[in-house]
Formats: sequence, C-alpha cells, structure tokens
Amino acid sequence: MAKPKVAFYWCASCGGCEEAVVDLAEDILKVVEAVDIVLWPVALDFKLKDVEAMADGEIAVSFINGAVRLSEQEEWVQLLRRKSGLVVAFGSCSHLGGIPGLANLTTIEEIMANKYDRAPTIDNPDGTRPLPRPVVDGYELELPTPWNTVKRLDEVIEVDYYLPGCAPPPELIMTAVQAILAGELPPKGSVISPEKTLCESCPLNESKPDELVITEFKRVATSQPKPDECYLAQGFVCMGPATRSGCGERCIHGNMPCRGCFGPPPGARDQGTKLLSAIASAGAAENKDEADLFAKGFVDPAGTLYRFSVPSSILKRTLKGK
Amino acid sequence: MATDQFEPRIVGFLCRWCSYTGADLAGTSRIQYPPNMTPIRVMCSGRVDPTFVVQAFAEGADGVMIAGCHPGDCHYDVGNYRAMRRVPMLKNLLEQFGISPERLMLTWVSASEGRKFAADVVTFTETLRRLGPLNFAGETKATDELNLKETAPAV
Ligand code: SF4
Ligand code: SF4
Ligand code: FES
Repeated sequence: MAKPKVAFYWCASCGGCEEAVVDLAEDILKVVEAVDIVLWPVALDFKLKDVEAMADGEIAVSFINGAVRLSEQEEWVQLLRRKSGLVVAFGSCSHLGGIPGLANLTTIEEIMANKYDRAPTIDNPDGTRPLPRPVVDGYELELPTPWNTVKRLDEVIEVDYYLPGCAPPPELIMTAVQAILAGELPPKGSVISPEKTLCESCPLNESKPDELVITEFKRVATSQPKPDECYLAQGFVCMGPATRSGCGERCIHGNMPCRGCFGPPPGARDQGTKLLSAIASAGAAENKDEADLFAKGFVDPAGTLYRFSVPSSILKRTLKGK
Repeated sequence: MATDQFEPRIVGFLCRWCSYTGADLAGTSRIQYPPNMTPIRVMCSGRVDPTFVVQAFAEGADGVMIAGCHPGDCHYDVGNYRAMRRVPMLKNLLEQFGISPERLMLTWVSASEGRKFAADVVTFTETLRRLGPLNFAGETKATDELNLKETAPAV
C-alpha cells in the first residue's frame, strides 16, 4: 500500500512550530517511515505547482501552522484544504491567532507607520513603503498583501483538528500523528489535548488557596516568583485557570507563570474574560477608588489575557483607528 | 423632540433583589425614562460574567449597564463587591479594544429607588448619545472586509 501523503505548511509564524517537528528527534524517523512528505517549505523543495498538480484529497493530512495574515497565505491554505483529506491547525497561531494576532490590537496603517516611518532606527525621508506590485528592472512583481485583521486558520478554511501550544510539545504531536495513522480519530473539531485546565495538572496546585486573594499585582519583569507557591496566589498573573492542560506545565517548571498558549479550556468561550473574572474577583478592594487602583496595577490586560488569542476572543480586534 | 437623534441600544444586567425591583417601581410609579434599555434579570450583579459584557458589545450594544444592590445589601453578601472589582479592569480591557470605558456603567439601585434607576438610565443614555453609535459587530465586519480587498499600503 502506498504511504499516506503528508504536508507541512507555515503561515504567519516564527518557525518554532517547524522546530517542534524537528524536536521529535528519533521519532521523526518513525514518521518519515510511515508517511510520504509531499510539502515542507522549511526543509524540502516543493513548489506551489507541485501541490496544484495533485488530485483533490490526495494529501492525507496537512499540518498548517501560523495565523493567516497575507493574501498569499489565504491562497495556499485554500489550495491545501482542497488537496487534503484532513487539515490540522498546528500550534497556537493557527489555533487561536497566536502572537501575530496581537496585531489586531492595532491597525495595519499603524504598524506600517511604525515600521517604515517612526522607528528610531529608520531613515526614510521619502516615506517609501512596500508596494503590492513593484516594478523592478522593467518587470512587474506581485507581492503578498498584508491584511488589516489577522485570522485563525479556521476563519479561512475548515479545520478538522487542533494541535495547541506555542509550540505543540513533541509528545502531543506524536499522539496526534499516531491517532491519524491508526485511523483512531477523536470527533471532528477536537482540540487534541486533555479536557481540563492547566491548574488541575499544575504541580503548584496544592498551594493554590480555595479562596484566592490578590492584594497587589507583581510582574516577572520586576520581581521573581517563588518557585513553590501558586503564582496567582503570589500576585503574578498566571493564565492557568483559563488555559487548557496538556503542555506538561512547561512554563511552571521554568518558574514562569502560564501565558495561556494552549487556549481556553473546554466550555470557556473567551480565555481573557474568563481569567479577568477570576483575578478581579480575587481583589481585596472595598470601594471604587481601591478597585480602580487595583485594576491599574494590572498592566496591559488585553496583551496579557489574550497573548495568544486576540483573534479567537469574542471581540476579535480593536476598533482603534476607526 | 428631534426624531433623528441617535437612539443607543443599552443592555442592562439588573440584579433581581434590588435593581430589577427598583426598575419595576420606576415603571409602576410611571416615572418617564428613555426606552433604550433591554433589561436582563440576573440573580446578582456578581453573576455578571465579563464574558456577558463583551458578548453584548460584540452583538451590537452601544452601552452596557450593570446594576446591583448597594454595598452591604447584596443578598449573596459580596456579589456586588465582585462586580465593583471587575468593572474597572474590564473597562481597561475594553479601552484596548477601542471601546470607550464610558460605555460600561456600574450603579447601585435599591428596591425603593425607582427614581434613581430612571435617572441613571437618563444619564447613561445621554452619555451614549454623546459618544455615538458603537456598532462593534458592524465595524469589525467592515475591517474584515478590508481583508478581501487588496489594501495597497499608501506610498
Ligand atoms: S494559577 Fe498557575 S501556578 Fe497556580 S495552580 Fe494554576 S497553573 Fe499553577
Ligand atoms: S504553561 Fe501555559 S504558556 Fe506555558 S506551555 Fe503550558 S499552556 Fe503554554
Ligand atoms: S443580590 Fe443584588 S447585587 Fe448581589
């Protein structure tokens, strides 16, 4: 029997998800043995026309990482959707919008202005900006256009499964690959990770009080958390109560509060408001002034509560600049 | 009265023990106030999950009011303190999403304060008239549609 064909593709991402596949170490050999990789831009030289030449549905599964930010990315993922039996959103950016999704807290005009005019290291007196169709040596080139809004993969194409994490841990990738190869698939639309919160599997959970009280916020930039007490109880914003388990508590083991890369736990629609509800209620403020002061201590709520999930939040983007 | 003035859509989360009863009293006492609010009866102001508030904005509300018992009077003891602690933080969050913090109002209305309830609705409606329509759903959809066009960055 012919080996199933597998594609890896990247959109708006940092390369960490590619690294995660390489991190499979010897396990990658098992994967390579069992499948035929037909597309993997970071490692193998296949082109758009190679994929276009395939029959619809010919690729058994496409693992797509990164958020969708450019016109070109939309074209690629639509092509891959047509050519693939299954599409797996691989990693936080594809699943939730991820770090690139933070761009939805501003506008493309602002980003362009910062990058090409305002940055202190920029000297651009003519105000040159990238063009979608520049003419170079008499040839008109077509460049991908950045959009105003960064999207999750499932806002652009239908997604069968989600592999969460920034980046997904190797064990989880192997679980997913083996399940797919064995045809033992969870219900369509599943996030391949345990159905509980990070707090429930956190080694510091014992020290998390039932009745949480936060008197003052602390930040990892300016003070160091004690490694043996629930970070939230210490006043560091930890996304654990509003985040799905399955990462192996990587950050916690590194003495870092969870930043929320696995996305909301089952049943929670919006990761940010879920945590906001928990931490704000844990405040000790007894009147409006104290409550205002307490809220002020929580710097950059949107960037913290939705570090990986602005495009999957209920509000999805800012209206700033409108 | 000008007929073309902007009529904001307000979602009001009213705690059933004090504020909803207060709103009822405003009605039975025939106190006049603008009809802009859709009241939603909740058990306690502490029951108003911040998720409800963002959902209301995402579905087209121009303003959201949360009304509960006065501090010390909550039937669940501290529910209104929870609301009081959440609201400023939620306002900061909304602001980052381009939603003016003035569009979220927290107030205390007892069962006997029909007049205060009406006055709060008047003030809030006026604030929202001044701010103009939010139409978050429509505006985000419009920016989404920008995605469909090729947005040639200005040279
Ligand atoms: S809040 Fe963070 S540190 Fe505390 S138990 Fe949950 S995941 Fe662990
Ligand atoms: S602890 Fe949180 S941020 Fe860190 S890997 Fe796990 S889910 Fe992601
Ligand atoms: S019961 Fe009215 S605010 Fe809690």
